[in-house]
Amino acid sequence: MSAEEWQIVWFTAWVSALSTVVILPFGLAVAWLLARHQWRGKSIVETLISLPLVMPPVATGLILLKIFGRRRTIGGFLHDTLNLDIVFTWRGVLIALGVMSFPLLVRSARVAFEEVSPRMEQIARTLGAGNWRVFFTITVPLAGRGIAAGMILSFARALGEFGATIMVAGNIPGKTSTLSLDIFQSVQLGQDSHAFRMLGMSVALAFAAVWASEWLMRQRKGLK
Amino acid sequence: MGQRMADAPTEGIEVSLLLKDISLPLADFTLEVNVEIRSPITVIFGPSGSGKTSLLDLVAGLRRVESAFIQLDDEVLTDAGNRIFVPTRRRGIGYVPQDLALFPHLSVRQNLLYGHQPYGNNRFTFDHIVDLLEIRPLVHRGVTQLSGGEKQRVALARALLTSPRLLLLDEPLANLDMQLKAKILPYLARIRDEFHIPMLYVTHDRFETLSLADEMVVLINGRVAQNGLVQEVFSHPTDLDVAGILTVETIQPGRIVKTADDLVTVAVGNALLSAVEPNLPSGTTGVHVCIRADDVILLKGADTPSSPRNQLPATVHSIAREGSMIRIDLDCGFPLIAFLTKQACEELALTEGDRVFALIKAPHIHLIPR
Repeated sequence: MSAEEWQIVWFTAWVSALSTVVILPFGLAVAWLLARHQWRGKSIVETLISLPLVMPPVATGLILLKIFGRRRTIGGFLHDTLNLDIVFTWRGVLIALGVMSFPLLVRSARVAFEEVSPRMEQIARTLGAGNWRVFFTITVPLAGRGIAAGMILSFARALGEFGATIMVAGNIPGKTSTLSLDIFQSVQLGQDSHAFRMLGMSVALAFAAVWASEWLMRQRKGLK
Repeated sequence: MGQRMADAPTEGIEVSLLLKDISLPLADFTLEVNVEIRSPITVIFGPSGSGKTSLLDLVAGLRRVESAFIQLDDEVLTDAGNRIFVPTRRRGIGYVPQDLALFPHLSVRQNLLYGHQPYGNNRFTFDHIVDLLEIRPLVHRGVTQLSGGEKQRVALARALLTSPRLLLLDEPLANLDMQLKAKILPYLARIRDEFHIPMLYVTHDRFETLSLADEMVVLINGRVAQNGLVQEVFSHPTDLDVAGILTVETIQPGRIVKTADDLVTVAVGNALLSAVEPNLPSGTTGVHVCIRADDVILLKGADTPSSPRNQLPATVHSIAREGSMIRIDLDCGFPLIAFLTKQACEELALTEGDRVFALIKAPHIHLIPR
């Protein structure tokens, strides 16, 4: 394994983990709103959030490219005022992974929140807890398993992301190249031994993620 | 009734809970309540699905409603008309729900301390409450490792540790068997005597009602069918609905004078009665003597030997029709109510002032510790 190869592995693992962490607060907020409240436009928001699951990833990537491109409103604003470039940088990878795995996180967390008995939350209120305290000390811990499962799922989805990433971030070696992009490219270029090493690393990462999630479930079950 | 109030160590508790103009549409009916609660322990009595839990939820502020006025002592908690709604966490009302809602991810200790205010009222200290409810050995356990009775006491302690001004108990003993009930009831009495907290106690159990409550509110299909002193309600239900769920009976304070095997001799008014009550806690002296009106047999004049242990000479005080039955109020050293069919009443040719014998089998006399 060369230094370049290690860089790709680390970058993929790191940016996937970061995207999961970044979408977590938004994902929990949306999941909680969907699980606990009725509001106008709820079904539209539900559908919008699920779109990346159903649409071709490349199409989602194209939308993101149009939104964050340097000559577009949001991309232009970020470039001009904050000097932040999204497209063809690691930030582009981050956004692509986040958007693609967001629905998976929201779905798991929503089901988990729905399973928490509202009675627990109500009784916590009678014990003097305000909304935030109820959420962080009762709702989230009781939904913990589902939330953890959702995070693992998001992370796994991010590890394998291809279509949206290549649209928004391209495949720039040492900058935006992830395992999936790199494997595809090396097979294209006939670098089979490199591709196989990257394949091995993909298997190892996937194995670690799944094993960690199983272990986590067992721990939680032991608690119950 | 004067007896009960004088005996009960509850005189120091003063409470005024005003539930006015409450109107909450539920699935099958609308909950409509208009009562003022002034006694330390008030039972909300009613068959399941009569709106009892919803009423507690309203008092705790867990439900909002378009029409309600709720005032505890001199603080208005809910006034829908004037858009006043004190949030649940600021109401200072402890709530033990039917399913207890102990937090499964926290230890017993963490559960207990969840709402504890160490700098609040110093009567409600952790050590005191833990000892009073005898849960110290459980403190380091997980909530899921507790038995039913233990969970019950932990939930009670958790609510008490918030130093509440009012305690709401939703069928706290419903899931416990008779023996456990008899064990937990004294803890509730202890809480009443020790902390002087007024309680609203939801139940459909006569035993619990008689053991604890001063007053009761009978709730049927969301409507207050009757409210008043417990013994008053049990012996004089205002209508057939109430009589139906309560089963009319004589309830009199009594004193145990002798216990031989299972046979207990108890003094009531000027009479002595024999009862069979094997489950009575030892050392009990003061009891409520309960006799269902259906269980009283009347005999006119004859003094042939008969099997019931209790044969009391009695005077017919009044005769009144109640539904398909005839209600006879007797004086046999204490006031006794009997229910007869119309035919039986005619055959006996009873009139007011008649001398009769009231026969009651010993197992039909129920004693409930006071």
